[in-house]
Parts: sequence; C-alpha cells; structure tokens
Amino acid sequence: MAKKPINRQEPETTGHEWDGIEEYNNPLPRWWVWVFYATIVWGLWYVIAYPAWPLINQATAGYKGWSTRANVAAEIEAARAANAEINARLVAADLADIPADPELNTYAVSAGAAVFRTWCAQCHGAGAGGLQAGGYPNLLDNDWLWGGTLEDIHLTVTHGIRNETDPDARWSQMPAFGDMLDSAEIDQVVNYVMSLSGAPQDAAAAEAGAQVYLDNCAVCHGENGEGDITQGAPNLADAIWLYGGDYDTIRETVTNSRFGIMPPMGGADLSEAEIRAVAVYVHQLGGGE
Amino acid sequence: MTNYIKLIVLGLITLFALIAANYARDLAYMVHALIIAAVAGGLFLWVLRHTDEPQAAAVDLSGQYMDGVIRAGVIATAFWGVVGFLVGTVIAFQLAFPGLNFEWAQGYANFGRLRPLHTSAVIFAFGGNALIASSLYVVQRTSAARLWGGNLAWFVFWGYQLFIVLAATGYLLGATQSKEYAEPEWYVDWWLTVVWLAYLAVFLGTIVKRREPHIYVANWFFLSFIITVAMLHVFNNLSIPVSIWGSKSVQVFSGVQDAMVQWWYGHNAVGFFLTAGFLGMMYYFVPKQAERPVYSYKLSIIHFWALIFIYIWAGPHHLHYTALPDWASTLGMVFSVVLWMPSWGGMINGLMTLSGAWDKLRTDPVIRMMVISVGFYGMSTFEGPMMSIRAVNSLSHYTDWTIGHVHSGALGWNGMITFGALYFLVPRLWNRERLYSLSLVSWHFWLATIGIVLYAASMWVTGIMEGLMWREVDANGFLVNAFADTVAAKFPMYVVRALGGVLFLLGAVIMCYNLWMTVKRSPAVAATNAAVPAE
Repeated sequence: MAKKPINRQEPETTGHEWDGIEEYNNPLPRWWVWVFYATIVWGLWYVIAYPAWPLINQATAGYKGWSTRANVAAEIEAARAANAEINARLVAADLADIPADPELNTYAVSAGAAVFRTWCAQCHGAGAGGLQAGGYPNLLDNDWLWGGTLEDIHLTVTHGIRNETDPDARWSQMPAFGDMLDSAEIDQVVNYVMSLSGAPQDAAAAEAGAQVYLDNCAVCHGENGEGDITQGAPNLADAIWLYGGDYDTIRETVTNSRFGIMPPMGGADLSEAEIRAVAVYVHQLGGGE
Repeated sequence: MTNYIKLIVLGLITLFALIAANYARDLAYMVHALIIAAVAGGLFLWVLRHTDEPQAAAVDLSGQYMDGVIRAGVIATAFWGVVGFLVGTVIAFQLAFPGLNFEWAQGYANFGRLRPLHTSAVIFAFGGNALIASSLYVVQRTSAARLWGGNLAWFVFWGYQLFIVLAATGYLLGATQSKEYAEPEWYVDWWLTVVWLAYLAVFLGTIVKRREPHIYVANWFFLSFIITVAMLHVFNNLSIPVSIWGSKSVQVFSGVQDAMVQWWYGHNAVGFFLTAGFLGMMYYFVPKQAERPVYSYKLSIIHFWALIFIYIWAGPHHLHYTALPDWASTLGMVFSVVLWMPSWGGMINGLMTLSGAWDKLRTDPVIRMMVISVGFYGMSTFEGPMMSIRAVNSLSHYTDWTIGHVHSGALGWNGMITFGALYFLVPRLWNRERLYSLSLVSWHFWLATIGIVLYAASMWVTGIMEGLMWREVDANGFLVNAFADTVAAKFPMYVVRALGGVLFLLGAVIMCYNLWMTVKRSPAVAATNAAVPAE
C-alpha cells in the first residue's frame, strides 16, 4: 500500500495488514474510558436505588422504594382528592342551577371539555361539530333530537340512544318505508320533505307528496315537519340534516330508515360528576335550552 | 448424478407447492405457494436443460475472489434501496394527506399494509443485501481467500431475494405476525433460517480457510451480526402454524412475555443488524477509502466486546411504562445508558482514522459521505441512550420523536455508509478506472443530507410537541387536548418530513444513474481479483 508521507510522528501499528489496511496501536482515549467508567458506576448505583434484580419470588425493590404503579396510583389519588369537594357540590346541585353558579360552572365546563375530548370526540368531533357522513349530530346548533335542556342532555349522556346495554336508553325507530310505499310515492314524499325547508327537485311530485307525508310521516315528524323531541323524531323543516338533505340521501333514509346508536356513558364508564360536567359543557356550546 | 437428485428435489417441491396452492386457506398463502412453484419449476427446467451436457474442463478458481455474487448483491442493494425509499415517501404523504389511502386500494396499499413493506424493504432488503454483499466482499479480501462453499453463496443471494419477495407480497396480502420487523409468517421464517445458516456457513468457512494470520476487526463485527441475528430470528419467531395450508400462526409466547421477546429481538435487530453489521462495513471501507490505518486496535477490541455484551440487554427500554415489570425496565435502561461509550468507540475509530487525511473531505465526496454517516451514527447512539431514560421516555414514547431517531440512524448512518460502500465497490467490481461522475456524488451527498436534516428536525419538533400536548392539563388536572388536536397540529411537520423523503429518494436515484454510467462509460482497467495475502 502506498503510504502517504506525513510530517508528524507516526504512531506504532500492530504490525498486521489486511488487504492494505493496517491498524495503529493508539491507546484508548482517556475521556472515553472515564465516561465509560462513569456510566458503569452510575449504573451500579441505579440498580441499587431502583427495582432491578429478579429474585425467586419478586425483584429487589431498590432503596428508594420507587414503583411505576404506586406512582400513578398516587397521582390519580391526588387528582381525585383535589377535586373531591367540588365534585361533591356538582353532584348535589340542581342541574338547572349549575350555570348560575360561576365557580361550579367554570369547573364543570373545563372538566366536561376533558371528558368530551376523551369519550365523545371520536364521533361528535373534537370541536363537537358532528359528522354528517356518519349521522353523528352536530352539538353546536340548537337543533336537538332528544331535547336540549340540561336535564335532557344529562339523560341522553347517561343512558345513550338505541343501545342494547342500557334498558333506559332513549329508544325510537323509524320504519323502512321501502317495504310500504311504492317507488313513485317515495319519490313524491322525498320531494315534499325537501320542499319543507327549501326547493324540491320536482315541484309536481312535492305537491303529490303532501298526502303521502300526512298519511305516513306526520304522526312522528309533525304536520309541518317540526319534529318531536319526545321520540327523537328530527325536525324536517329547519334545513339541518342529520344524514344529509340531498335527494339521494333522503330517499335512502325513507327507503331503508336509519338507526343511529349512542352508547350509555353512565355506570362503569363515567362518574355522575363527569356526566354532569360533560352535560354542562355540551349545553353551553351554543345550542343549550 | 447430482443433477438427478436436484431434479427429484425440485420436482417434489414444485408438486408440493402446487398442492399447497390448491388447498390454500388464504390468498397470501396461495400466492406464495404459486411463487414457490414457479421458482422451483423454473429451476427444474433450467437444471433439466443443462443435464448430460458435455462438461467444460474444470478451471481452478481458488486463486480468484468470487465477485459475481457480490456484483449481484450490489445491484440488489441499489434496487431495493430505491423501492424502500419510494414506499417510505409514499406513506409519509399518506400520513400528511390521508386521502392518498385510496378507496380502491383498501386492503392492499393503505398505510397499514405499506408501512411494514417500507420498514422491511429498507432494513432487510436494502440493508440486508448491503450487508451480505459487503461482508462477502470484505471477508474475501481480508482473508485472502475465495468464498467457501462454491455456489452456496449464490444460494444465499437468491434465497434471500426469495425471502424478500415472499415477505413483501405477504404484507400487501395481509399475512403478518403483527410483530414489528418480524412480520413474515412461519414458512417465510423457516426459509430465512435456512438461507441465514447457509450465509453463516459461507462466511465462517471463508474465515476458516483464510490465508492471513489474524481475523480482521470488520469480520468480528460481521460474524457477531450473523450469529446473533440467527439466534434472535429463531426465538422471536417461535410459533405454531394453525394449518400447514394457511399462513396464520400462533406465537408460543403470550402477553408481556411475547412483548419482551419481541423487543429483545427488535432492539437487537437495531443493535446487531443495523449497528454491528454496518460497523463491519465501516471498519473496511473507511480505512480503504481514506487510505489510512485504523486509528486504534485497542479501542476496536474493547468497544467490540463491550458493544455486543451490553447491546443484547437493552431491549426492555421499548416497554417502559407498560405491563413489563419495573425491574426489567430498569435493567433495560441501565444497559442502554452504559452502551453509550461502547457505541461511540466505533465513531471515534471511524473519525480518527481520517486524522492526517482530513484534506480528502474537500476533494472526495465518497469520504464525505462516510464521515457524515459516522457522524449520524454518533448522534443517534447518543440520542438512543438518552431516550431510554425513563423520564425522557415518558415524553418521547409513542411520539414521532422515536420515528425521527430511527431515521437519523437508518438514513444517516446505514444509508450513507451503504452509499459510500456502493461508490467504492462498483468501479472495483466492474473493473472501471473510476466513478462516472464525482459531482453527481456531491449532488447525492447534499440531497441526502438535507433530506435527513428535514426529516429529523421535523420529527423532533412534532414529536416533542405532541408529547407535550398529550400530557398538558389545566388547573383542575383535566386534559387540555383531544388526540385529534395533536394530529391536526402535526400536519405542517408531516409535509416537511415527506419533502425530506423526496430529497433522499432523489439522491438515491442519482446514485443509481451514476453507478449505471460508471459500468457503461468509465474506462476499463485490468481485473484485480486475485487472492493475494497482504505482506
């Protein structure tokens, strides 16, 4: 191998050569050795201080008595204790009075927002705007399927809607009119429903649809399409649509019906204080009654 | 005579594979059976056509290095590299713009299917081919001996490509063990075990018949990598097939034991595949390209043994704050921190080998590539121990910081040292005087470096940001952000990351062009593959 002449003193090589490669016999860099030793010394201390050595029945606990499980339990307990008093007040208060109590209301809104982001945002969206493609209602407007008072929201959150797990869940079911009406009638009633809040696709069909509507739909949705919150029948005249207000979507709804489900949040999942908090939070988003 | 045995074996494999395709319980298994039938059937015909032909007089090749298989390995490395980087860039854009998970491609080309395709293509197809090719090149030169085992090296090469194809098609069709970096199902694992043991035999056999008195340091690293990966692969893939006619299998370990074995494997895939193996490359190509002796033999021997002894225990740091007991998590963290200096030993030896030749950084872009590779190695082997500390990990775990860390290692260290090795190897393997264009190497260097910087920096920002957002609580102890808020906040950084990927991919494409033109256009020189021991 062609060695390049360089000015300074060459260190010793080991005397071996492989395919032209030699190795200097330079000593270990001192800083490298000392940092390596330091990490080893630190490591020895650490495995005495913290849980480290597996024995027959359990591992050494370390002299600091440190444990991830104990730490998280203590943190949860501390958070619970810090809010225990105000949670008790929240549960004891009359629901309708909460917004008038500034301290309680502030707390409930901030706690409810956290509950909402963890438990509700998956369907209703982080901003509570809902998702029409999935039939998840917008909670920011004042169009309520099952009522928008604090009591109504509280009941909905606790028991949910059309679920099999809670016997007290809110329940109603629209029939699938595809089995009862013929295609022309469905076309007519869809046009009529569209005319309630705007322009129908076919004005003549809409006119004919009025009778179909009165015979089949008005019993739940009301004669003027105003809906009925006691049975979760949506208002059809306000241009706010749960699944969409175009011809095809309404036709799909009339033909096959819809069956939106909300799980109950009461029982094991959320405490009464958390349910009340999230009800207050949703109520103040803009549409609370 | 041997041809008749080959024909019988290949015929039986073809027949069995066709029967398996007929009884297949799932699509991935059926496609794999057909691929195996096609490969075995094709080999059957090929052997048949060459049976009973007059034999050419046997030429004694023992005095020459076996370079054909290495040329093939170099081509495969470049090819799979571009494939892996391309898939990585695609999924980076899928994360930034979820609409790119096209409806018509659901179940085949959505993020979940492409992500393991990307990781395996880069680590095992690109990195694995680079390691196999360079280790077989280095072991011949530093042992002054032709590869042991004759055509066994070709079996290793083609067997490994078959493993890659089976793994990749399996991911797209949904055959997966759902273990990160160990996704291929049971029969693919069995095949890789066979290929890997053949690789070990070729490598070890060549070392045994070496004509140098000592084993060169690069070969220690290569050998530790081959042996340890064999052990890790077998233990982490212990599983029982649900049926021999289907791809699904059930792991032998369960629960936290399975998780622990998985990350013992996963971390040592980093430690032995991506660190020890690539250090073997570094120990040959850096002194060769710099034309300087290795800085310190003492350092190489101490850091080698320290590295392989300590790395194997570091895996539990992937499972901090999980069901893993605290004691195991402590030990994983302590070994990770102690690993810092043994890792840096390789960086010191790599960088200091250049002392006395620093001027080459100005004139030789290939050396520049190797130096920045060692630099990224040093950075990520400091970052890794730091992230293994439990307090740091409680912030960094599950965030993009981890992704950034992996990529500064994979793109910076593994990618750049491999590019350097390819630029070194191609002129020598194809007997060319020099590379086609050094300025294209410079372009590759800067595109790749800027790409990595964009990638790592954006992932630091977005990782630390989302870590902080996840843990942010208000005065009453309630979480401030919804998960979707953190996803939305990451969008600009995801775009920057994807652009970094585009630059890196572009650099690799330029490299392929440059290497192609080197073979086609550079002036030829006489072959220098005679096996001569150094003095």
